[in-house]
Amino acid sequence: MSSGADPVLAVDDLRKRYDDTVALDGVDLAVADGEFVAVVGPSGCGKSTLLRVLSGLEAEFGGRVAVDGTDVCDGGSDAVGMVFQEPRLLDWADVRENIAVGLPADVDPDAPAARERVDDLIETVGLGGFADSHPDELSGGMAQRVSLARGLAYNPSVLLLDEPFSALDRLTKADQQDHLLDVWEARGTTVVLVTHDVEEAVYLADRVVVLGGQPGTVESVVDVDIDRPRERADTELVALRREVTAVLGR
Amino acid sequence: MAADTRRESDVSRESDSGRGSTAGGSAGNAESHSLGPVPLPAASRFRPLLGLLVPAAVVVVWHLIVATGTIPAYQLPTPLRVAETLYGMGASGELWGHVAITVQRVVLGAGLGIAVGTVFGTATGLSRTASDLLDPLLQSLKNIPSLAWVPLFLLWFGIGESAKVLLIAVGSFFPVYLNLSTGIAAVDEELLEVAEVYDLGRVESLRRVVFPAALPDLLVGIRGGVGLAWMFVVAAELIAASQGIGFLLSDGRTLARPDIIVGSILLFAFLGNCSDVAVKEVRDRVVGR
Ligand SMILES: Nc1ncnc2c1ncn2[C@@H]1O[C@H](COP(=O)(O)OP(=O)(O)OP(=O)(O)O)[C@@H](O)[C@H]1O
Ligand SMILES: [Mg+2]
Repeated sequence: MSSGADPVLAVDDLRKRYDDTVALDGVDLAVADGEFVAVVGPSGCGKSTLLRVLSGLEAEFGGRVAVDGTDVCDGGSDAVGMVFQEPRLLDWADVRENIAVGLPADVDPDAPAARERVDDLIETVGLGGFADSHPDELSGGMAQRVSLARGLAYNPSVLLLDEPFSALDRLTKADQQDHLLDVWEARGTTVVLVTHDVEEAVYLADRVVVLGGQPGTVESVVDVDIDRPRERADTELVALRREVTAVLGR
Repeated sequence: MAADTRRESDVSRESDSGRGSTAGGSAGNAESHSLGPVPLPAASRFRPLLGLLVPAAVVVVWHLIVATGTIPAYQLPTPLRVAETLYGMGASGELWGHVAITVQRVVLGAGLGIAVGTVFGTATGLSRTASDLLDPLLQSLKNIPSLAWVPLFLLWFGIGESAKVLLIAVGSFFPVYLNLSTGIAAVDEELLEVAEVYDLGRVESLRRVVFPAALPDLLVGIRGGVGLAWMFVVAAELIAASQGIGFLLSDGRTLARPDIIVGSILLFAFLGNCSDVAVKEVRDRVVGR
């Protein structure tokens, strides 16, 4: 499952600094087509920064980052969608309109098919009945799910997710994780998921990348070679969870 | 960002006043009883009427001052006299011509100023270059008092309608320009990144993110612009007009008719208030949910 011959995401010696802070220093990462990679690491180690570079939001960085062979600086990031760590909703727009922002540019958001797609997404993230609500009427976890739905609406070939389930309760979280797996399997999307939840990382991912240090580098990569569908309480999963936690604790 | 904090503070202010009226009600721990707050709506329904109390007192004092001769009637007419004069002019039809032309000037001038202010505000808000080129000039022009423009506009455009409409347009231009320009430039960077990540494109991100985000600022600007339009219409009409409420004002002075002067002032106050309430109503509809 690990990096094949033609990685969709190729990160080569990535270095990124903000003024005096060096956020990432020499990160190498290759993600194969259709692979699900989880990134874990302590707060401030540069996880969000890595996703920002991958999605083309950072203009200046060292090293080479390519998506499908095209450098992110030359439009390679067009194929990439991202769910931000914060919900970042338009507070004057209702839930439906916010999710429609994610619809691809060639889709007319007012077309019946597009509306249906948005309504489906509202159902899948468990917000049925809130289509006409505004962000200030939503809880933190609900807003986070709107943001997740917006990312899913984009239907990119590479989906970056920055702690998308962090504000959800256990049950909703499990539901949304399984739904993400459904989307990933059905569409063959390449997924990079940042999380603080080691259990989530090993349950979802083909590989867990542990970032660490100040400035951040790849400390370790743990392969999760466990057949799907997986059981959350699977003893092998629990063992891998210990392993990742141990690396994190170092 | 700025828009967010402002809206939040508005909300907190509203809830503060709400709590204030609760405290003004009966019991401190009434909240836990479902019957507690029931009498409050009745009390708060009359709250706006409190604002009429002071003006009413002023009118009474005004009447007494003139009636007792503390201020002679040729300098200050009694309130009743002012009302009679206004009523008389209204009944004879003389008043409506003046009111109509003044309102027409304000509508045309404010409309023009708001339109041009929106264009310039958008340009400088979006483009750093446009801002660097235009903003220093406009920032310094905004401090020129309304009356200072009058001689120049008379020289350029004569004493016709266009001089007055343009003068009013200058007045209402600046609040619209300033608010919209800063509003657009201050649109939350995080939302612009969302537009970028989801490839909205230039036009769509303006339509769906930038303009809606700056709309509250535009409406604040329009409210200020309409207010200034009333200031500038007086300047225009006092000096060069043969019709309009401002003309009535100066005519009242020439004729030594304080009742006409005070009546005109009250007319300005009334019309200015009406337009302000109207714009505020639109703003609340659009922005406040
Ligand atoms: N815009 C910025 N300007 C300056 N420094 C920044 C900026 N963004 C991030 N940093 C710095 O880069 C480092 C990595 O930040 P990043 O947000 O990537 O961490 P993270 O791993 O996502 O943390 P968390 O788990 O708390 O979200 C931090 O030291 C942070 O201070
Ligand atoms: Mg982060």
